Amino acid sequence: MKVRVLVRLKPGIMDVQGAAVKRALAGLGFSEIADLRIGKVIDIELDEAKPGEARTRVSEMCGQLLANPILEDYAVEIVTDLAPREVAR
Amino acid sequence: MRFGVVVFPGTWSDCDFHYVVSEVLHQPVRYVWHRERELGQLDCVILPGGFSYGDYLRAGAVAGRSPVVEALRDFVGRGGLVLGSCNGFQILCEAGLLPGVLTRNECLQYRCQSTHLVVENIDTPFTRGLRAGQVLTMPISHGEGKYYADAETLARLKQQNLVVFRYADADGKVTKASNPNGSLDNIAGIVNPEGTVLGMMPHPERASETAMGGTDGLLMFQSLLGSLVEDGTFLKR
Repeated sequence: MKVRVLVRLKPGIMDVQGAAVKRALAGLGFSEIADLRIGKVIDIELDEAKPGEARTRVSEMCGQLLANPILEDYAVEIVTDLAPREVAR
Repeated sequence: MRFGVVVFPGTWSDCDFHYVVSEVLHQPVRYVWHRERELGQLDCVILPGGFSYGDYLRAGAVAGRSPVVEALRDFVGRGGLVLGSCNGFQILCEAGLLPGVLTRNECLQYRCQSTHLVVENIDTPFTRGLRAGQVLTMPISHGEGKYYADAETLARLKQQNLVVFRYADADGKVTKASNPNGSLDNIAGIVNPEGTVLGMMPHPERASETAMGGTDGLLMFQSLLGSLVEDGTFLKR
């Protein structure tokens, strides 16, 4: 089972990295950006065939380590195929 | 007083702490490897600065779940003292031994500079030799030292007088300009309600000999040494 975890800063938590990247993009002419926030993607392959079980286990992983509940929210998705490996050219 | 200095892969202030304890304070000290689960004979465990496990995922996140930190929970439960500086503070927060979290400096810069700290709480073994309102000078060296906690936690910290140090100017005034990293309420160090676990971003071990440029860090160590009672407990005042 392949599972994707998205870890994002909670709304209201200042994202200093996002703000810096937004400014850099504005400097490149992308001035239409209203907001930009940076998160993390964690792709996990589990030895578990049942989606419900996989979701439960990965949620436990998020609660114990992958996300800090003070700062971050997480979302767990079951994915049939993780992101394509080829690099954009 | 028997000290332990925890070493994780990526720790960098371990030798500095070991040096101060053994060569300046002349106290027994040993290194504690991150896989150790036995802290039996120690009075005070130090979590030094650095980049434990590369600070992968979040600063202190992996170390906060390591075997030695699990052992630290029992140690704290038995009344042992823990001093976490810099990455050590981040680890204590990630482990839930202290509330809140340290996150990216608001300025986005790694800050390596001298700071002034105003002492807010002297009812701990670490600060009982200091005066409330006393201004200490110690260096910081970190990229993720902005203390954050939710409003409820912050209110509890204030109500229970758990904020030990705040960044201030040379006169002890807590100002925005004296806050090097954007920490909530200029918080530089906090303690648990029992007064036995102290986390702080500044480096007392780097201000412990005149050759280092200052000795204000030594005042904390001297407080600690004076707090140990014959029965193995520690004085808070």
